[in-house]
Amino acid sequence: MTVQFRTHETETPRLMKRRHGMGCLRFMSPELYLTYCTLNNQVFGFLGCTVAPPPPPLVPSPGSPIPVSVPSAVEVGGRHSFWDCWKLMTENMSEFEQVVNKAREAFRSGRTLNIEFRKKQLKALQCMYNENEDAICAALAKDLRKPRQESILLELNLLRDDLRYMLARIDDWVKPEKIKTNLVTMFDSPVIYHDPYGVVLVMGAWNYPLQLPLLPVSGAIAAGNVVIIKPSEISPATAQLLADIVPKYLDNDCYKVVCGGVAETTELLKQHFDYIFYTGSPQVGKIVREAANKHLTPTTLELGGKSPLYIDDTVNFDLAVRRIIWGKCINVGQTCIAPDYVLCTRQVQDKFVEKAKEILKEWYGDDPKASPDLCRIISDKHFQRISEYLKDGTVAVGGVVDREERYISPTILVDVSPKSKVMTDEIFGPILPIVNVDSAYDAINFITERDPPLCAYLFTTDSKVRESFVKDVLTGSMCVNDCVVQLGLHDLPFGGIGTSGMGAYHGRASYDTFTHRKSCLIRNYNKVAEQIGKMRFPPYNEKNTKLLSKMLREINFPSLKYISYVLAFGLGVASVLVVQEIIKAAGSDDD
Amino acid sequence: MTEDYKKVVDGAREAFDNGTTLPLEFRVHQLKRLKAMYSDHSQVFMDALHSDLNKPDMEAALFEVSACINDIDYILNRITSWTTPEKVSSVIPLDKSLIYREPYGVTLVMGAWNYPMQLTMTPVHGAMAAGNTVIIKPSEVSPATASALAKLVPQYLDQTCYPVVCGGVTETTELLKERFDYIFYTGSTTVGKIVREAANKHLTPTTLELGGKSPCYVDTSVNLDKAARRILWGKMINLGQTCIAPDYVLCPREVREPLVSAMKEVLLEWFGPEPKTSPDLGRIVATRHVDRLAKYLDSGRAVVGGGYNREEKWVEPTILVDVKEDSKIMQEEIFGPILPILTVDNHTQAIDLIRAKERPLALYIFSVNKDIQDTFLRRVQCGGVCINDTIFHISNNKLPFGGVGWSGMGGYHGKFTFDTFSHLKSVLSRSYNPILEKITCMRFPPYTEKKKKVMMGSVADKGDGPGVLHYLALTTQHLVSMSAGALLLYLSLHYTDTVV
Repeated sequence: MTVQFRTHETETPRLMKRRHGMGCLRFMSPELYLTYCTLNNQVFGFLGCTVAPPPPPLVPSPGSPIPVSVPSAVEVGGRHSFWDCWKLMTENMSEFEQVVNKAREAFRSGRTLNIEFRKKQLKALQCMYNENEDAICAALAKDLRKPRQESILLELNLLRDDLRYMLARIDDWVKPEKIKTNLVTMFDSPVIYHDPYGVVLVMGAWNYPLQLPLLPVSGAIAAGNVVIIKPSEISPATAQLLADIVPKYLDNDCYKVVCGGVAETTELLKQHFDYIFYTGSPQVGKIVREAANKHLTPTTLELGGKSPLYIDDTVNFDLAVRRIIWGKCINVGQTCIAPDYVLCTRQVQDKFVEKAKEILKEWYGDDPKASPDLCRIISDKHFQRISEYLKDGTVAVGGVVDREERYISPTILVDVSPKSKVMTDEIFGPILPIVNVDSAYDAINFITERDPPLCAYLFTTDSKVRESFVKDVLTGSMCVNDCVVQLGLHDLPFGGIGTSGMGAYHGRASYDTFTHRKSCLIRNYNKVAEQIGKMRFPPYNEKNTKLLSKMLREINFPSLKYISYVLAFGLGVASVLVVQEIIKAAGSDDD
Repeated sequence: MTEDYKKVVDGAREAFDNGTTLPLEFRVHQLKRLKAMYSDHSQVFMDALHSDLNKPDMEAALFEVSACINDIDYILNRITSWTTPEKVSSVIPLDKSLIYREPYGVTLVMGAWNYPMQLTMTPVHGAMAAGNTVIIKPSEVSPATASALAKLVPQYLDQTCYPVVCGGVTETTELLKERFDYIFYTGSTTVGKIVREAANKHLTPTTLELGGKSPCYVDTSVNLDKAARRILWGKMINLGQTCIAPDYVLCPREVREPLVSAMKEVLLEWFGPEPKTSPDLGRIVATRHVDRLAKYLDSGRAVVGGGYNREEKWVEPTILVDVKEDSKIMQEEIFGPILPILTVDNHTQAIDLIRAKERPLALYIFSVNKDIQDTFLRRVQCGGVCINDTIFHISNNKLPFGGVGWSGMGGYHGKFTFDTFSHLKSVLSRSYNPILEKITCMRFPPYTEKKKKVMMGSVADKGDGPGVLHYLALTTQHLVSMSAGALLLYLSLHYTDTVV
């Protein structure tokens, strides 16, 4: 009987049932090494559980035959049965520790490095969205009473488009980037490889409970990470749905949904992740980043802020107000990029309110509460907070509340003081305060005096105003003459700055967020290259210093962009000459 | 002191808010001034570096002064195209989608002492190019260079926008209480954490350039003499005080003896029998670090060197063999001229050993075997890789340089420095075109089944490649320039004919 040896395997216990063999399983945190051997697919014996890797005597060269009676010859720490070891390990591990460890083992197995695997997972995600459309809409309706069109347009379609966009491009993205070389390294090839970070945690928010946790996930999968998805507990129906359906479609070891509230999240954040992507409030964002700092984990934070909107009198009011009211009323204002407040002159304000009244009536009827197209506030706490804001100004439109249903009607507030609560907190509800300014210049000042917002909106057809706005307002993103729709473009990175967040995602930016770019220079032992290369070695002399400095100097070569046009021009000249010659030749023949 | 820092930061913020740093001409002018500073005072800086680290002139010139000048040249040649807003495709025709690169605001750049000029100033160049105001904080551990910078920079640059502040741990702690919009830190993992925690108070994004134990694997397939030269060069520049220096060597058993003897020869050839007298070796920056390094000498058997001198801040170039994996030298970043050599069975074991540690800043592979190179590249996560050489991967400005995990976060060099200090502001600009409104008004309530169906009709994404129109335009342009050439010649011939 011969037994094959292998050491330092990183597999989970259920994979241990190899035919004959012996191995050492390493568990992370607490670090334990379990040495075992198997015979005829059965675990035959456990040699011990140690806190350090087994000493060298245990590691004969691979393939060397040894008798099965090896256990007695092995000296490793204390001897325990398998279940003793197992118990010892699991007792020391919290539930999340086990989840994260399992994910890490899955990452170490290298499965996610395979591009076909990633594509398969992305396609499975596509299937999940297509096959569960009704269930998803139902869950969203339960959490936020979200109308079906909003669920499809702003959650499902955004996710599906994003996947399509990624699947069409992923083959290009993952290719190592070949880089131009410089004079000193002209015989070498510099390449940038794209490495996944490892175990990624994506924490979603409750306002778009499907889109916000899942949109970053596709980027993380495309980049080859394993992902732990944590939907918000404030939207329980969608969170539960995700926990139910995701395991049916995605690889269970690599992609895991965990649920829980504040206590569980705190516990979860104690684990070691390689990247954390958080969407939510600045307060929690700070806590997440602080927890991440323990393991020096890089983080992307997608936070909120008061997104300002400036409108002047040069626009088509009917269209402009429609676009603004739509941006504010989807999800009854519980959108991180919804316009938070309006800045305009007194005259514009009157026109705006007039028009808004008309449009709201057209869309939601006389009793907006009865309209199926308006969502509800997510929780009593938020309802309480938002209804307080109604006191901060004069209600020009709306102002109706219903505690039972957590309903607040689309409301416009005028005569608002910039110091009142509605103008200092992020509103996150269907209340639109209007603050009067005298000019676009005033509006820019008003905005830049405050924290940089996630978005800034501008409604004008005056190109001068547009230019100064775009130049002077520091903001995450900006949309001119519309709201919210800049989110739908995959080519535009989406993310905040300052208190509205750090890092960006959507489309290629999502992939880049979860990718570490590993620079690599591949050199060889070419003799000519060595003549240059060896100048750097000691003993140093003045001549080599000068030469190397010269070679490393930055030279601006003339661009070769137009060379093809010059060649085409030359070709034209040449063709005339040739034609002339032919004509001449023909002419002389005639003669 | 606190009052001072507040004043400095407030001044920089006011300058930024006034838009002083926004015009491209201003940035270019300041960068040119900075370049002039490096060229005018290169000797001053080389002397300062000599006084701090006994840095040989060649190293000071190549890695510090020239590196800074080249970096500015690189930026100046490209800054116009970098700052031009980037156009991206829109879903709906007539919409304009642009990405603007915006400065963050007031940035803080904290340099390290081992390359006190390059590590402090190259991030500053990028931050300036991106239009930020920059507070420059050189390391206090290299005082001569810090004071040279503090003295010269204000003579050349706008003092409000680009102030230099100096100070030790207490001062830095105070400084970090101020609000910054971006912090760029180069140094140790421990301090990196502290910096990021301080930054978190104001949700300030940070780039951390930290260190780590950069492994070096050598196998039988290479010319050991050349490999030894390239490894020792990377290890001995700045007397091992380089964040990307090879920290330890892993090699199969049969390679160890010939590698060690090759290294012995090379060291003798370069530095002579008495390396302490060689002008080409630096010194350890502080006695504290000499003490730390001296402790590592017990971790194995020194086959070369092994001596040190506390007073002269000197540690001899040393090669250690028979080093245990769990010894002290294998747990901490060495940052000195001591090179431990460990033996492994094969490259798989080397990879396991590397993967069991924190992710390193750099990985060096000396092998001409493609399979082995690929296995390392696939399996080892690290900041950057150089195959068959050390250090050289950072010489290319088009390769981003930065760590991962405990070796840091965020990359820089060349365009990447500019990007680090720029926020990408997406801008979508629409119009009130009535025809387009017919499509876009579908999203408005009241929601109906018909509207939903229209919105669902999106088509499969085909990827980005240029469309037919692009090639058509390209062909037309070329045809036009060709016929222009033909016409010109024809006319000139015709003209001369008639004249004749």
